[in-house]
Amino acid sequence: MTDPLAVRSTGLTKRFGSRTAVDGIDLVVPAGAVYGFLGPNGSGKTTTIRMLLGLVKPTAGAAQVLGHEVPGELQLALPRVGALIEGPAMHGHLSGRANLARLDAADRTADPRTRGRRMGEALERVGLTAAASKKFKNYSLGMKQRLGIAAALMQPHDLLVLDEPTNGLDPQGTREVRHLVSSLAQDGTTVLVSSHLLSEVEQMCSHVGVMSRGRLIAQDTLSGLKQQATARLRVETPDPELALGVLTSLGLGDATSEGPIVTGPMPADPAPERLVAALVEAGVRVRGFAVEGQGLEDLFVQLTGEGFDVA
Amino acid sequence: MWRDLGLLRSELGLMLSRWRNRLGLGVLALVPLMVTIGMYQSSRAGGGPDIVGGLTNGLVVPLTALFAEAVLFLPLAVAMLSGDAIAGEANQGTLRYLLTVPVARTRLLVVKYLSLMIGAVMGVGIVLLVGGILGVAVFGAGETATLSGSRIGFWDSLGRLLLAGAYVSVILWAIAAIGLFFSTLVDQPVAVSIGVMVVVALMGIAQAVPELEWLRPWLLTTRVQSFVDLMRDPIYWTQMRNGVLVALGWMAVFLAAAWARFTSRDITS
Repeated sequence: MTDPLAVRSTGLTKRFGSRTAVDGIDLVVPAGAVYGFLGPNGSGKTTTIRMLLGLVKPTAGAAQVLGHEVPGELQLALPRVGALIEGPAMHGHLSGRANLARLDAADRTADPRTRGRRMGEALERVGLTAAASKKFKNYSLGMKQRLGIAAALMQPHDLLVLDEPTNGLDPQGTREVRHLVSSLAQDGTTVLVSSHLLSEVEQMCSHVGVMSRGRLIAQDTLSGLKQQATARLRVETPDPELALGVLTSLGLGDATSEGPIVTGPMPADPAPERLVAALVEAGVRVRGFAVEGQGLEDLFVQLTGEGFDVA
Repeated sequence: MWRDLGLLRSELGLMLSRWRNRLGLGVLALVPLMVTIGMYQSSRAGGGPDIVGGLTNGLVVPLTALFAEAVLFLPLAVAMLSGDAIAGEANQGTLRYLLTVPVARTRLLVVKYLSLMIGAVMGVGIVLLVGGILGVAVFGAGETATLSGSRIGFWDSLGRLLLAGAYVSVILWAIAAIGLFFSTLVDQPVAVSIGVMVVVALMGIAQAVPELEWLRPWLLTTRVQSFVDLMRDPIYWTQMRNGVLVALGWMAVFLAAAWARFTSRDITS
């Protein structure tokens, strides 16, 4: 892989009529990452994914997938991309295996002579070998989801785009998908997985992008976001102005006061005990001091102004 | 190139895997059976069918069946197939997976149209095949009378029958082009089939309105029956040649429209 970024977009925008579904987002998905694309339903995740895969034409902005411009060089990029988009969709009257064979026949880069073997391996990997000759319409939702993933696994891919891959899966199935994603990531595949479930992203992903109302409002490594999320300083004092001055001089310029309460993001350095010492030394009457742990969930609620389903 | 054939084969397999399409072929095959029964009974009653006068060549059966089906049943079959082509895939959501395999949109459109063309030939073929077998079995493989009064041998009439099938197929390809365009417009296969049948019905009505006579040369429903000219001696080619040109015109317009629409549209299904 030559490009260090698997996906990059600049100002990517999609308007449907007067509605702006995706509003100037700058995605950065490093190669080898498991990138969690998080956001409530309707926040523009799927439209973004459809733009990256060339199904929907951007109104403005540009995107590159595996170093190729999309949609311009789509036919160069897509053979290296496996995708599960907005749920699995296959021909109901055909068996799971026949559906895979059809998609493989459509793939110019796939060798028909190895089709049988590759289908077998993909089905094995998602645990559908026994149900391979059952009709797709008789599959449970979880089996359909897994067959969709199997289709993405028939060929080696550098990038897997999985849109809500655990939708409709039972806890056991969800766990299997998680294992599958991490084993693929270990093989060096970049995974872009969208979800509206925070817990899922937290468990699977190395990087996170948060969508809200068409905008990408946060994008960082998971640990980076956690740091941002966990550390908040809270000082209770009758001298808020004085306290703010001291904190600013120590590099905590983002702190704000509201009545007798001063709050602000808590950096790793200086240590909390040093802050307390400095405050007291400056004559601030400290009546309460706390570094409050804030969960990722709180951070996202704060960022998006709306809740996430937590399963 | 060979792998493109793989997709076309998969497409045809998909078409034939649907029960309603198999049933459709059965319905198409029913008409020559009815024609055979009808002709058998009237020949036993004496006199025989008008154009033949003593039926000794069974190929009159597929020819009559083709004439009967060319205006309604065969266009209906094409209308059904074109509904599945793009709109059906969009409706099931399989379109987004085909396109991200990837299959380039132009390539998919070409394969879809080729399979519609083959589907139309299959429809015509089953009428000719069933009609031919039944006809020859019941009435024999002797000489037959042309519309001009002369008589031609069995092999000559078989050649003319195949030409008639080819001509009807070309007209059906034009209808398939209209269907393919409709199929790129909506996500509901039934809407496409109805749309195509509305166009065919409108052509039929326009054909019957005297004030619209100037429109007649452009109507596929008028053109499709020109293949009876094959049964003149010598064969009268002019109308059929014009019919093929008109069909090519319809194809050019609607395939271009289908291409323009499909390569630029957002796939949100």
